[in-house]
Amino acid sequence: MRSPGGKSVIENPKLSINQLNFYYGRFQALRDINMNIAERQVTAFIGPSGCGKSTLLRTLNRIYGLYPDQRATGAIMLDGRNILDRDQDLNYLRAKIGMVFQKPTPFPMSVFENIAFGVRLYERLSRMKMQERVEWALRKAALWEEVKDKLHQGGTRLSGGQQQRLCIARAIAVKPEILLLDEPASALDPLSTLKIEELIAELKTDYTIVIVTHNMQQAARVSDYTAFMYLGSLVEYADTSTLFTNPARKQTEDYITGRYG
Amino acid sequence: MAFSARYLRRRLLNGFNLGVSVLATLFGLFWLGWLMWTLVSRGLQWIGPSLFTQSTPPPAAAGGGIANAIVGSLLITLVGVVVGTPIGILAATWLAEFGRHSRIAAVIRFVNDILLSAPSIVIGVFVYAVVVARFGHFSGWSGGLALSIIMLPVVLRTTEDMLILVPDQLREAAAALGAPQWRGVVTVVYRASLGGILTGVMLGIARISGETAPLLFTALNNQFWSSDMSRPMANLPVMIFQFAMSPYDNWQHLAWAAALLITLAILALSLIARILIRANAFVK
Repeated sequence: MRSPGGKSVIENPKLSINQLNFYYGRFQALRDINMNIAERQVTAFIGPSGCGKSTLLRTLNRIYGLYPDQRATGAIMLDGRNILDRDQDLNYLRAKIGMVFQKPTPFPMSVFENIAFGVRLYERLSRMKMQERVEWALRKAALWEEVKDKLHQGGTRLSGGQQQRLCIARAIAVKPEILLLDEPASALDPLSTLKIEELIAELKTDYTIVIVTHNMQQAARVSDYTAFMYLGSLVEYADTSTLFTNPARKQTEDYITGRYG
Repeated sequence: MAFSARYLRRRLLNGFNLGVSVLATLFGLFWLGWLMWTLVSRGLQWIGPSLFTQSTPPPAAAGGGIANAIVGSLLITLVGVVVGTPIGILAATWLAEFGRHSRIAAVIRFVNDILLSAPSIVIGVFVYAVVVARFGHFSGWSGGLALSIIMLPVVLRTTEDMLILVPDQLREAAAALGAPQWRGVVTVVYRASLGGILTGVMLGIARISGETAPLLFTALNNQFWSSDMSRPMANLPVMIFQFAMSPYDNWQHLAWAAALLITLAILALSLIARILIRANAFVK
């Protein structure tokens, strides 16, 4: 299925997905996905459960590669290279493309160490510089004021909303170019959700952000472009206001007006 | 408000099951309590300074201690732990993190389970045939080796179980930051399961520190002070075995004292492990 306007709307894309197919063992979870992802904009993937939106996100940093029975075919171009290539350095790719998961995943170490962990992988910083970096990341993630006196306490002892912002801070600290957010607010209370959404709006000045959400209001609030997916296919892809106010396809309209889903 | 018959039945059943569970617990605790009481009442009176300073005496002599057996047990157990623990943890790491779904992993798990339930006397005889017979004499080293073979599957099994309990999301989170897999394992997964791994090691130590049969065939015993691992070596289990079966009062007394000592040592070990685990704030 073609994605009306999917390729043409966006010039100079950060990521360009061509003819992407994805398989869990024998089950095909994505079919012929073609889309461009705009630089320093927020792109949202929406669709009913099982439509493939998380799977699509998980191809973008090849995190699916941790599981031997999962594979992708096609191309995802980043800076002129197909990241699906066999010789792509996965660790380097993932340092460039940060990811935040649905459930907060603080490491079993202090707040400070949670953030320093990723930084140490690719940079050797003095103690001073590391402290600056940690503070910078925590400020970016709007968490600094809440944890500045708890830097050496366990990261798992923070509240759920704080843990999720810690994970965002951790992803930012390694200075990626792209941030992938997999339903980052679905396990959080409304107030924490609001904070995360405000954060996304702020972060897009520096990062290309792709967010998967099952919450259409959230997609409408935070994103610039929205892709509607259904049964592994990209049904419609447009700038967010067009998609929500004037969808081109009946399926999209039915979904966003709540007629099925 | 009237209770329905169904509700009453459920309450009765609940009470009955609760009662049976409490009784079963008390039954288990009763034997443990009796055992501890017997050990304390028979052994405590023979524990004194000389127990820790003097070596095992000849039969029917006055005085004497078990210093040589204590030191021997510590040394032999240390060898067992130092050899068995790293192999067990590394093998478990491979099974849980790298080869989890491979066929060879399934084979290794199966073989390990067999080793786990192998009678310890078989392991003793094995080390006797392979090491002791070849070198022509019993030795502390061969005792340590036998204990390490007993310890290995215990550590391997518990460590693998604990690693598998760590949610995959943590592994994904580490990989998503660009961490190579080994780094994620060492810094994130190990830390998340540290308490469990330590418990496995402690269980292993508790298991081997009371083993008698494998030491009978390997370290044997030594009536005199010796810290030479290449010679027969005194150790608490074999010493208890030999002294408790003897007709001499002074030997029997020392056996009771040694039995109490070894039990208290294992108890202390378990307590220390638990305190250590609790003190580690990041576990949980």
